[in-house]
Parts: sequence; structure tokens; C-alpha cells
Amino acid sequence: MDVIKSSVAGTLESSDAQVTVEPGSGALELNIESSVINQFGRQIRATVMETLDRLDVKNAKVTIVDKGALSCTLKARVEGAVFRASGYTEDDICAGKKLPWGGAIR
Amino acid sequence: MINNPNLNRLRRSMMFLNAQKPGLIKDPYIYKPDSIMLDLEDAVAENQKDAARYSLYHALKEIDYHGVERVVRINGLETAHWKEDIRVCVAGHCDSIRISKCESAADVIAVEEEMKKAEEEFGVPHGEILIMAALESTKGVLNALEICQASPLLFGIALSGGDYTKDLQTTISGTGVEFAWARGQMINAARCAGKQCFDTVFTNLDDMEGFRRETEMIKMMGFDGKSIVNPRQIAVCHEVFTPTEKQIIQAEKIVKEVDEKKAMGIGVFTVDGKMIDIAFYPGAKRTIELAKAAGVYEGDL
Repeated sequence: MDVIKSSVAGTLESSDAQVTVEPGSGALELNIESSVINQFGRQIRATVMETLDRLDVKNAKVTIVDKGALSCTLKARVEGAVFRASGYTEDDICAGKKLPWGGAIR
Repeated sequence: MINNPNLNRLRRSMMFLNAQKPGLIKDPYIYKPDSIMLDLEDAVAENQKDAARYSLYHALKEIDYHGVERVVRINGLETAHWKEDIRVCVAGHCDSIRISKCESAADVIAVEEEMKKAEEEFGVPHGEILIMAALESTKGVLNALEICQASPLLFGIALSGGDYTKDLQTTISGTGVEFAWARGQMINAARCAGKQCFDTVFTNLDDMEGFRRETEMIKMMGFDGKSIVNPRQIAVCHEVFTPTEKQIIQAEKIVKEVDEKKAMGIGVFTVDGKMIDIAFYPGAKRTIELAKAAGVYEGDL
């Protein structure tokens, strides 16, 4: 997917993660800030990278501020930010631009 | 006919949770409600409708809710959101879909049609995901019977008091007077159609006595359970809706005696000094079934 604008999904509440996706400068750049970076940093990175890979995001700057999110939440927030950044507004979705549940969203 | 064991499952407590809040949806099963209702509707801000669906999808796919029923409240049919809500519900394979602001049989049929399309798309067998309808307007309550009869997938109806009192042009008084007719109409319609019926939420969390009184009243009216907004309300709700030991023993006696006396050609007799005939049989049977479902029955019926 092509990231065409900056978008955010998620909050800074406990158990959540705030994900920001911005247009990249030719490659994928990932920054992670987490309250549990020492214990789970590697897992968080792996989950985010797998999700970006499934969504075919190759050129973007992705920033994660993690507040102890489960992997299901991390995936949801990355997808939320990427789809928004790729121009999937709720209006488009409601107008019939169907989301790939079970496909790229897994 | 739909052969889904969830149609008549125990639903004493149905707890609302905002599908967009990870802290709420990650482990609500620890409080042991009978059902959770993951909300895509009023709890989710208009500009977060999309984000809530991703959150919901992965929660349905990855979180083990330990047998707690996973109902999803979708946005109303008057909004643009509900069709994609149904796609994500079916793709994530929730247990049931709650239609908000349901007003007619046509609303239920429209949801069922959209579910069929999604079931085909995602390979989910028809009949595995059930429907319930929230009645939130005077029109919805007036049409309770046709709504109950609209689909074999529909297991029950629930009163949604906030919007309903707005439509009545009154407020929630705490006495229940404003809901008296709606509750009576709805339980009558639900029973007529062989469906379950659930009461509206009680929002004053500090008034546990008031909550208990209201729950006892709707239990007496015939309701199957109550919508709740906080885990603190679960224990009281279950206490009220679970038969006591005394009630279970009494029900056992009635079932056994009716069976015995019927074989002897006797129609009316007394149990513990009270007149009993065949009319008491279904109620006693239901008490035993409820006790079994609640896990408190130790007898041999």
C-alpha cells in the first residue's frame, strides 16, 4: 500500500499503542518507544514488521508509542494508521471500498 | 430451522464494552458475565469507527473469551457504517450481532441479508452467527412481535431505555413507570414468539440496592437477563437470575410428582400444602433448566 499522507491510530492509554504512519523517503523506517521495551521490544518489532509486510508497506516512516499493548492491539493500530494513511477514510469504506478482512488484515 | 445451541443459552448478564478500548476488551471474561457486547455504536466516537473495527477483528480472532458469548453491537441501519460492521463481525466470527435502533421486521431481514453476503464471502456457515435486536423507539417497541418473528436467527430482544425515554419525551425516573408498558409489551411479544427478552441498563453504579430491586422486578416480569455497564453489577444480576436451593427443591418435587401422578391418572394434588396441577409443570421444568445452565443443579432430573 502507498502511504500518501500522515495518519495516526490508537491512544496513549494503558494497554494501547499510538501508531503514526508518514510518507517515507524511499525505505521503511521504524521507531518504537515502549514502557516494556526491554522485555518485549523484539516481539513488538516483529509484530509490527509482519503487519507492515502483510499490508505491503515498503516506503514509510512508522512511529510506535506502546503502552503495553497486546499483539492484537498492535496489529489493529498499525492497520488503522496504514489504511488511513493510504486514503481509506470511513466515508470510502462506507461507500463500498471493502477492507480485506482475513486477507491482508489477519 | 436453525440448529444453534446458542439460541437458548443462559444470558443473565450482558455487559457492554467499547470495542475501541484495548484495556476493556483484553480480559473481561475474568468477571464471568454470560455475554459481552462489544460496542461499535454509541461508545465509539464518529471519527474512530474505522479504528474500532480493526480492534474488534483481532480481538475476535485472537482473544480467548473462555466461553463468554461475544455479541457485537453494530451501528444502526440509519447510518452508513452498518454494512462494513457486519462484514467484520462475520469475518471475525462473533457469536451474535446486536442490531441497534431496530424498528421493524424489515430491519432484521436487511441485517440477515447482509450477513448472508458476508457469510458467503468469508466462508462462514449460515446459522452460526445469531441476531438480537435492541428496541430503542416507540415504533420499535410497538413492532416487538413482528421483530421477534422476523428471523430464525434472532434469539431475543432488548430494551434500550435511554433512547426510548427520549422518544417518549420523558426521562428515566428510577421508579420504572416510564418503562412499564414497554417492558410488558416486549416480554409478552418475546414469549409469544418463543424468544428471550432483556432489560435496559441501570447506570447509577453507586445505587446497588436500586439495581437489585430493578433486576428482581424484571425477573418477576419474566425477563431472561439484563444489559449491564459495569462488572460490579454481574454478581447481583446472577444472584437474582439463578434459582435458589429452595426453588430448585420445590421445582424437583413438582416435576417428579406431576410425572408420577399423571401415570396414576391424577390431575390435581398438593405438594407441601400447595395445590399443584399440570400448569405448574413448565415453570418447574424451566427452573431446573436454569439451575443446570447456571451450574448449580446437582439433582438427577
